[in-house]
Amino acid sequence: MNIFVALKQTFDTEEKIVVENGAVKEDGVRFVLNPYDEYAVEEAIKLRDEFGGQVTVVTIGPDRAQEALRTALAMGADDAVHISDESLFGDEFTVSNVLASYFKGKEFDIILTGNQAVDSGSGQTAVRLAELLNIAHISTITKLEISGTDVVAHRDAEGDLEVVGAKLPVLVTCQQGLNDPRYPSLIGIRKANKKPLDTPAAGDLGVDGASIGAKATVQETFLPAAKAAGRILDGDNAGRVQELVNLLQNEAKVL
Amino acid sequence: MNFDLTQDQMMIKNMVRDFAEAEILPEAEHVDKTGEFPLDTFKKMGELGFLGLPISEEYGGAGGDTISYALAVEEVGRASGSHGLSYAAAVSLGCSPFYYFGTEEQKQQWLKPLAEGKILGAFGLTESNAGSDAGGTQTTAVLDGNEWVINGSKCFITNVTYAGVCVVTAVTDKSKGTKGITSFIIPTDTPGFRTATPYDKLGLKGSNTAEIIMEDVRVPKENILGSLDNGFKQFMITLDGGRISIGALSVGIAQAAYEAALKYSQERMQFGQSISKFQAIQFKLADMAMNIELARTAVHKAAWLKDQGRPFTKEGAIAKLFASEICMRACDQAVQIHGGYGYMKEYPVERFFRDAKLMEIGEGTSEIQRIVIARQIGC
Ligand SMILES: Cc1cc2nc3c(=O)[nH]c(=O)nc-3n(C[C@H](O)[C@H](O)[C@H](O)COP(=O)(O)OP(=O)(O)OC[C@H]3O[C@@H](n4cnc5c(N)ncnc54)[C@H](O)[C@@H]3O)c2cc1C
Repeated sequence: MNIFVALKQTFDTEEKIVVENGAVKEDGVRFVLNPYDEYAVEEAIKLRDEFGGQVTVVTIGPDRAQEALRTALAMGADDAVHISDESLFGDEFTVSNVLASYFKGKEFDIILTGNQAVDSGSGQTAVRLAELLNIAHISTITKLEISGTDVVAHRDAEGDLEVVGAKLPVLVTCQQGLNDPRYPSLIGIRKANKKPLDTPAAGDLGVDGASIGAKATVQETFLPAAKAAGRILDGDNAGRVQELVNLLQNEAKVL
Repeated sequence: MNFDLTQDQMMIKNMVRDFAEAEILPEAEHVDKTGEFPLDTFKKMGELGFLGLPISEEYGGAGGDTISYALAVEEVGRASGSHGLSYAAAVSLGCSPFYYFGTEEQKQQWLKPLAEGKILGAFGLTESNAGSDAGGTQTTAVLDGNEWVINGSKCFITNVTYAGVCVVTAVTDKSKGTKGITSFIIPTDTPGFRTATPYDKLGLKGSNTAEIIMEDVRVPKENILGSLDNGFKQFMITLDGGRISIGALSVGIAQAAYEAALKYSQERMQFGQSISKFQAIQFKLADMAMNIELARTAVHKAAWLKDQGRPFTKEGAIAKLFASEICMRACDQAVQIHGGYGYMKEYPVERFFRDAKLMEIGEGTSEIQRIVIARQIGC
């Protein structure tokens, strides 16, 4: 089985976020393999162990993004592709088009990704990719079964469960609950760091960055306003209820 | 000069931190309270390559360098001192003697399963009458035909209740003094070899420590580690390396104490403000941050020297001595910053405080480290 995982290196959400000059400060911050992509890598490895074949992980991103690829290799992926050509960086539109050009002409049975990246949180790139490749996709899966070319997946549909069928080749996006990602082993880390990465440039992919430039622009980046302290109302219960309703109506304007 | 970690080192540190936070931290309090040895966690650590981290791949290790190993010990120790000590001992005292001095056959037979985490190893040097003066060993080994017959006892031996193999020093030729000491490889299921009930300790309660009693323990002639009469030299070298790991463990425990104290100081309100606003508290935290930074740098430098194949006896002793003493001080001050709450088991600093003390005792007391340094600087 030809198994691919498209993954992203993201900001560790446990890091304290500092905004400086309109951008999130990256200095001294830890970057990780997007947590949802860990489910995708784990599932890919399990599929390979069950059906044989190869797991190839692909990312688009700056130099540091290779660490995320190497984490996936250390978990057990076979090969890694790092598209680090800056002319191909952009938004979800750009990235899905770059990935589509990478996959065109490749033999693939299944592409797995995370349900969303924890940094941008848009959840668009993967489903756009499926659309561009003209294949079926099943998003937010919590269970995956493949027999022959038949695919059955459970999806997390806003708290409900939806069982969806499709045929290979397919693209799935992975959600928490699908599996329990393994730790990369220390031996795996050492081996992964010795492995050469495939690093195609725009030309190799037959894609021109200018024609797929970002469609969206970021207007402003800011942190949520600090939470104000709560207020305790005085007086008897009847008075406090009145005061509360008054505040909800006139101050908070939620009623 | 370059203070950056390599990609290998960084990824190993991150992986160990993730593992320690998810798998070790949640049971740190439990093992402290019950004295249970976290065998299942050590099995997982073994499967992930922790126990052979600085051992080369041909003997089942991960082939990491000493810096990576120091980073790993620090991260494990930051989550739990008990796990940290047993981890450091499993590698520095369990694997290392085989790695440095074992014959090829001994490495295949013992180092491989140790590095792969299939069994734990222990190192029996200390005796009731031979601690700092470990050359004063009274355990004896006498050759009887093709077997050595070993008699004696060892005290305070880490992991030995759960070990598959133990390296033990014994006198083979009393007339030669320390040059008549030999290390023996003893499978722990050998008749006559037994361990007593584990000690009840001040801290590091989840780390197993027990006494060994050896009565007519017979091992084949070839169970000498390396060669005859080399035991003293071997354990001096083993302890040199072990000091780096105790230094790293000290940094880990100190880091945990510092993080807990910093957080608490920002939350605790007195006199209408958080206590972190008081300069007296800030100075304590600043001292902790400074000392930890210096201790970590000293540990990494000693580890780096070892990786370069350069002498590191002095730097290893300096790192261990400084790190263990600032660890004790950091834990003391962390309790102080917590006030009465710091004295209660509800807060982890109480445990850190008890765990820290061993750092100044194990693998050579602070006094012995000063003797080592004094000798190295030509006193
Ligand atoms: C939890 C734990 C785990 C341990 N694990 C192991 C293990 O796995 N394997 C092992 O072999 N041992 C182990 N030990 C033993 C440890 O290494 C010894 O306890 C340590 O070396 C000190 O020896 P001692 O306890 O006999 O103290 P002593 O040597 O009796 O020292 C008592 C005091 O005298 C001081 N002193 C001694 N000699 C001098 C001197 N020349 N000059 C100045 N002061 C001196 C010491 O510094 C100390 O303050 C462990 C100990 C503990 C507590």
